[in-house]
Amino acid sequence: MFQDYDVIVVGAGHAGCEAAAVAANLGSRVLLITMNMQTIAQMSCNPAMGGVAKGQIVREIDALGGYSGIVSDRSAIQFRMLNLSKGPAMWSPRTQNDRMMFAAEWRQMLENTLNVDFWQDTVVELLLNGDQIAGVKTAMGVEFKCQAVVLTNGTFLNGVIHIGEKRFGGGRSGEKAAHGITEQLVTLGFEAGRMKTGTPPRIDGRSLDYSKMEEQRGDENPSKFSYSDETAPLKTQRSCYITYTSPEVHDILRTGFDKSPMYTGRIQGLGPRYCPSIEDKINRFAERDRHQIFVEPEGWSTVEVYVNGFSTSLPEEVQHEALRKIAGFENAKMFRPGYAIEYDFFPPTQLHLTLETKNIENLYFAGQINGTTGYEEAACQGLMAGINAHLKIQGENPLILKRSEAYIGVLIDDLVNKGTDEPYRMFTSRSEYRILLRQDNADIRLGQIASDLGLLSESRKARLEEKLQGRDAILDYMRKHSAEPAEVNPKLTELETAIINQKTRLEALLLRPQVSLNDLAEAVPSLADFTSTFSKEVLEQAEITLKYASYIEKEQEIAAKLSQLDDIRMNPEFDYHKVPALSAEAREKLSRAKPQNLGQASRISGVNPADISVLMVYIGR
Amino acid sequence: MYQLRTDTIAALATAPGTGAIAVLRLSGPDTFSIVNRLFKGKNLLEQAANTIHFGRLVHQGVTLDEVLVSLFRAPHSYTKEDVIEISCHGSPLIAGKILKALLDEGARLAEPGEYTFRAFARGRFALNEAEAVADLIAADSDMAHKHALGQLRGGFTRMLSQLREELVHFASLLELELDFSEEDVEFADRRQLLALIQRIRSTIRGLSDSFQLGQVVREGVATVIAGKPNAGKSTLLNALLKEEKAIVSDIPGTTRDVIEDVLQLGGYKFRLQDTAGLREAADAIEAIGVKRSQEKIREAALLLYVCDLSATTLPEIEAEVNSLGHPELPRLIVGNKADLLNDDQLKPYREAGVYCVSGLQGAGLQTLEQALVEAVENLGQNGEVTLTNLRHVQALNATEEALSRAEASLSSGTTADWIAQDIRQALHQLGLITGQITTDDLLENIFSKFCIGK
Repeated sequence: MFQDYDVIVVGAGHAGCEAAAVAANLGSRVLLITMNMQTIAQMSCNPAMGGVAKGQIVREIDALGGYSGIVSDRSAIQFRMLNLSKGPAMWSPRTQNDRMMFAAEWRQMLENTLNVDFWQDTVVELLLNGDQIAGVKTAMGVEFKCQAVVLTNGTFLNGVIHIGEKRFGGGRSGEKAAHGITEQLVTLGFEAGRMKTGTPPRIDGRSLDYSKMEEQRGDENPSKFSYSDETAPLKTQRSCYITYTSPEVHDILRTGFDKSPMYTGRIQGLGPRYCPSIEDKINRFAERDRHQIFVEPEGWSTVEVYVNGFSTSLPEEVQHEALRKIAGFENAKMFRPGYAIEYDFFPPTQLHLTLETKNIENLYFAGQINGTTGYEEAACQGLMAGINAHLKIQGENPLILKRSEAYIGVLIDDLVNKGTDEPYRMFTSRSEYRILLRQDNADIRLGQIASDLGLLSESRKARLEEKLQGRDAILDYMRKHSAEPAEVNPKLTELETAIINQKTRLEALLLRPQVSLNDLAEAVPSLADFTSTFSKEVLEQAEITLKYASYIEKEQEIAAKLSQLDDIRMNPEFDYHKVPALSAEAREKLSRAKPQNLGQASRISGVNPADISVLMVYIGR
Repeated sequence: MYQLRTDTIAALATAPGTGAIAVLRLSGPDTFSIVNRLFKGKNLLEQAANTIHFGRLVHQGVTLDEVLVSLFRAPHSYTKEDVIEISCHGSPLIAGKILKALLDEGARLAEPGEYTFRAFARGRFALNEAEAVADLIAADSDMAHKHALGQLRGGFTRMLSQLREELVHFASLLELELDFSEEDVEFADRRQLLALIQRIRSTIRGLSDSFQLGQVVREGVATVIAGKPNAGKSTLLNALLKEEKAIVSDIPGTTRDVIEDVLQLGGYKFRLQDTAGLREAADAIEAIGVKRSQEKIREAALLLYVCDLSATTLPEIEAEVNSLGHPELPRLIVGNKADLLNDDQLKPYREAGVYCVSGLQGAGLQTLEQALVEAVENLGQNGEVTLTNLRHVQALNATEEALSRAEASLSSGTTADWIAQDIRQALHQLGLITGQITTDDLLENIFSKFCIGK
């Protein structure tokens, strides 16, 4: 009845959608199985994409031909470039999104992608051929044959929702949990764990008094995520609002503590420290008499709002009563209460850097199943799993991004080599190459890779080429042309930097921290003429490249040095127990981790530098 | 872990400790230029391979030693790189100074076993010897590790962990501003950050300054014994060494004719030194004797002046001690033959701080021993911590360097993302001593101190 597939993707969240789309775009025949066709690409938590470090990931996904950037742009209701007062390495794009449009756009993208088929059902079992994946079996009893499977189960595996003392199975508010897969994987030798996350209540925006809150508008000149010309910056935007809790709110919340699943020990899973529930915040930071609340609209037209900062699993009546003490929430009506959810994950140290499991060949994991949190983190794993599943069954070399190439590389390398105890979220500080991994250059960093895979359209390639050539032309101009003292000294004085006494190269002037390219163009008419032919994006790229060259070079040097280790391939099946010179801990950790290169081995906790030297000897360097 | 890069490494090739000669070895592309900058003699860059040359090593205007250098050119050397072996006089102090000069000139301190590793990497050993080489490296690393651990006395570890904590805190404040700029927390302003970084830098400088002293402690406290013949030095020495006779050793130096006796006291090693000049003061040319003793005293960390209480008055003692010079050198005045005087006669000596002992009868020895130990512990300002390992000093200095760059950036208004690059470098360097400092440490600190998360 059903055809055989190359790749089956289980789950249609951020990870599943990217995996299905990219595998199909690469040429695989893909089946996307989801429990409910109406809930494809749900934003289960807040209606926003990007942010610090996460925005950079969305840009990387876009640069690699993924869809998250395009979908986010098309469904955005507000755009902000965060951290503009910091250096360009920290600039981070973020959108508020229309939750329903986001899902609709994704579904449209998938429907428009050749080679993606859909099936609404629950996968209950993996079909195996020895140690290799052969297909899946669904709750309806249907068996699909395929060469590779990407599991993106999100919070659905044995999901349990907690609201006060109430406790029921579910993968998301109002949706069933999935059972069977964890149990099967455990019998296959996988180690499983439990994690926890939470979400705040949803409120009727008509019941709020925004005059008591502080408005947070979008950027005056909004940018966007996608490097392509398939999307355009927003022309109109919606605002978010900021308000605060109070001691009164905290007192009411405390009355529910004895019924809190967090404190009564009913929740076993580990929650993220950086995304604590409101009860956790007032408990751990008792000295603070208020906490910030972001009121985020859920879309262009819906009245529903998301109360960011008020994640809770206290009983719904306590939530309701406490909410009403928040400024502007006096008459708040609740659509649905916040809740905590526990779900199964598989410690990601059981994966290869391709996201393929070490136990079962051609089985890939992506998203929360690997212990991560966040749409962006999930989406990029889906993308990488989809790419690698396709490459594997085609017998081609895998795609593994280096830590110095992309946040995506950092994320997967961290997961696989270090594992994670709490839901893993990306921070820029996790990367040792923050200055290389900027949001403005993801296309430059990853364009060649995407192009080689065939994931970039001709027009995208041309845009990238234009950006590079433009940048180089400007750099060249700045090196070859100078400014006269009379031209620039008034401007330099205005900018509170030393005046010049003789003709000075534009490059030298731009290297001063106080001076921007725009400042120079204002003072030097010939430069203004020249730069007027380039887009804002190209000018920005040239300015960053020139201004921060010394920092960038320093990181490139470090990256080059360290990547020598990454380039030394190792045999994953190497028997470390035969090397008595290794420390006992290193022997055990290496045997478990089966690193594929020396750099990876060096990042495994418990493997010390002497062990790496010993390994180098064995590799025969 | 050995970098695959080919920089130039240097290390002591002979066993640490006092021997007749010590050999330092360099390997790598800059070997010849580094040594040549220090070497006063022939221009080494123009000398043929496999030759040996005599000359002096001069660093910052100070002659370190007279040495022989053996030149090997790639690929005809142990590591198949350019190699120079420097043979110097066997004092750990001298070898240490030469090594430090080599590092100042751009060499990197070799990791344990790195020469062997380089030799291996360049194909000197066949693959089937890999296991033996690996064992060698592991054993070396292990030894160096234990060695280093042994040197980390309580105070040092405490100060380092305090330093680590301060640096982690500083880094967290920076990262907080970057990764959590949207959070409702108070960010440190530049003035606070500057004050913090300055405090950290001064802590590091204190640690690093104490290095000279630390090395002295590690290799034995050079203790010069001075005193006129018949003051009773030998008697006193034998009395002091009585319990440790087994480790008494006479090591004739190659040129200096220094007699060293090693005394173990309270966990410290004292290298008791007497110069030929003073020893033979009666029948040698007086001028040479004084010059020699001056030389010895200049290198000493502690002076033990012995006099005969029965034949020397207090003003005489004072005059003798003053004639030695170097008033900054910590000293103990020992009045021997106390058994020949009664308590009333001893009283003025005691009140003047003279340790009155009887080498023959053993009276007062315990007090003297205690004073010796205290003197060592007081070598650091008020018993402060001392660094005893060159590797640690290097890492500390590199930490300090990175921090000074960060401080400059902070003052000039550079944004935190660039400053963080230097702070990371500092964390990495400090991590070489205290164990790795990772992002997880920073995040842990941030999450525990600040209310993060919407």
